[in-house]
Amino acid sequence: MYRYDEYDQAMVDARVDEFRDQVARRLSGRMTEDQFKPLRLMNGLYLQLHAYMLRVAVPYGTLSSRQTRMLAHVARRYDRGYGHFTTRQNIQYNWIKLEDAPDILAELATVEMHAIQTSGNCIRNISADQYAGAAADEVADPRPWAELIRQWSSFHPEFSYLPRKFKIAVIAAAEDRAAMRLHDIGLRLIVRNGELGAEVYAGGGMGRTPMIAPLIRDFVPAADLLSYLEAALRVYNRYGRRDNIYKARIKILVHEIGADAYRAQVEEEFLAVKALGIDPPAAELARITAMFAPPPFTTDLPDAIDLPDAIDRTDPDFAIWVDRNVAAHKQPGHSIVNVSLKPAGGIPGDASADQIDVLADLAERYGHDELRVTHAQNIVLPHVATRDLPAVWAALVKAGLAEANLDLVTDIIACPGLDYCSLANARSIPLAQKIQARFADPVRQRDLGELKLKISGCINACGHHHAGHIGILGVDRKGVENYQLLLGGSGAEDVSLGKITGPGFSEDGVVDAIERVTDRYVAVRQPGERFLDTYRRVGFETFKEAVYG
Amino acid sequence: MADPDQADIGGEPRLRFRDDEPHDEPAVTLDAFLADPGNAGAVRLEAGDDARLLGPHLDRLALVEVSFPSFRDGRGYSAARLLREAGYAGELRAAGDVLVDQIPLMRRCGFDSFAPEAEVDADALNRALDRYSLHYQAAADADAPVWRRRHG
Repeated sequence: MYRYDEYDQAMVDARVDEFRDQVARRLSGRMTEDQFKPLRLMNGLYLQLHAYMLRVAVPYGTLSSRQTRMLAHVARRYDRGYGHFTTRQNIQYNWIKLEDAPDILAELATVEMHAIQTSGNCIRNISADQYAGAAADEVADPRPWAELIRQWSSFHPEFSYLPRKFKIAVIAAAEDRAAMRLHDIGLRLIVRNGELGAEVYAGGGMGRTPMIAPLIRDFVPAADLLSYLEAALRVYNRYGRRDNIYKARIKILVHEIGADAYRAQVEEEFLAVKALGIDPPAAELARITAMFAPPPFTTDLPDAIDLPDAIDRTDPDFAIWVDRNVAAHKQPGHSIVNVSLKPAGGIPGDASADQIDVLADLAERYGHDELRVTHAQNIVLPHVATRDLPAVWAALVKAGLAEANLDLVTDIIACPGLDYCSLANARSIPLAQKIQARFADPVRQRDLGELKLKISGCINACGHHHAGHIGILGVDRKGVENYQLLLGGSGAEDVSLGKITGPGFSEDGVVDAIERVTDRYVAVRQPGERFLDTYRRVGFETFKEAVYG
Repeated sequence: MADPDQADIGGEPRLRFRDDEPHDEPAVTLDAFLADPGNAGAVRLEAGDDARLLGPHLDRLALVEVSFPSFRDGRGYSAARLLREAGYAGELRAAGDVLVDQIPLMRRCGFDSFAPEAEVDADALNRALDRYSLHYQAAADADAPVWRRRHG
């Protein structure tokens, strides 16, 4: 894991001091709310329906046990005893007092954490593959690149007042577990002629105008990475629209002028920027990469202990959990454990302070002290010895964290919706709970197989509904909550945008409609097909007919 | 909006980080300047203007004023960096809706004078300017980025 040096720590400490100063000026009336708003947003502080919400950055979703315990502490001391993990791999607290915010940031700084740029029209927290450093299919660990970008983008003087927010994701595998092409800039690390570099995609995003990012550069070597990003952001800062907040994201610019024109502008700017010498030397990426060296895996474990045969699977619940929530690790004898934060009747992505502490303990005892937050609002213990799976599972069961539903219909991504969010048109959480109740039978869930269901409570799409195999968009129809159904989206390497089936539904009506979709899937699927495969084979009309008759 | 009590300040910058004498000539628009580049030493760029058009004329200019119609409109930060990267050494003024907490960022982008339309809290500004002694990235100022401190 990355560890701060004196410079990193000094900067985060300065930020705490700065925000304390800004809050004091706001509370004393020396600053208007209008002036304060962008400053608090750049420290992750939103004003929601009932209270302030603080979003804490989890860079590329990676946490140590010590940091995780701090998250539990913040939940206990400053919130109501729980936190909410987000689709940007961050955590947010929904019941924060403005006057406490500087103290919270000061506490976070003691464990090398912050809330810098988790909101606002700036470069946001960098996201990455949650299996980084553990996945067999990666060409490299993407996190050193993400950390390099984190540092470059932190307090960037030119890009702190962009037309709109800017999200960057970094992956390094063929399988896309981070919805890379639905980001403003997506990077995929590849090796070309023995050299590590990145494919650059730009102009993706969800929101009210979803776009899949086109490829704008097929290879950027590490030595040019920051110059290239600087050029890409500068072109956006100059030409991105500022007359209409809904047309201000880079995806609109790239769409309006075309990927070729955007690419040409960036290349021209890159030539000028490259000459400035703003790229750090190779030694800097090497310094960061060294901190992401693999943990000291136990190497005396025979390969035979690998999944699925060598562990005691006699407990059927354990076996089901292993088959569903545990993924193969690149290191023999080790496994990647997914901890679902989607228990039946729960709030997707929520965890109590006690549960967060349990996760920290498990990571410390069994997982080389590492945890990850996923964009699907779950937690990963990336480095667990396979022989320890029974012990880890038993502890998760005790903590109510052993739901064996990874990527199943009840593993729902949902935004906070109208229960918390001032932008929302409809509630997301109660709908997620109703869907979970309808599909409560675990045998049925497993029979339906991988089915990514994503709910947004408004058109801003924080719940990624465009990328759901089944997506739900909450809208306001003449003062009544109404839910539109979308089919066929994907945020993975087979990226696609969902299509709206037709007229919307009531809360109960949309649950019925989902069931008509899954019934049709079961009726027409071929062996081995996921829902998404069947949908793509038989087409939209078949399912539309199922929904509306 | 500008506080009417301060209207008498006019276009004079109240915050200047240069040693030379202030340039008194009123700034002309970019279009007016480009129509007759030999005739003016001071130009005002609106937020949407392309600063690169000044490229051939930078050594003749003593003042470039960049307008910030709203503190949320950040185009002027890029305009400033483009001008400094192109070699402009004259006064670079940020004018309009410029807030205390933005001035340190603007300094890093190359602005060296400021004409905020509203009163600036001098104490808060001094604290802000002194707060960050380190920077992660290279910009238009002379400060070494952290990676240079790490690797020499």
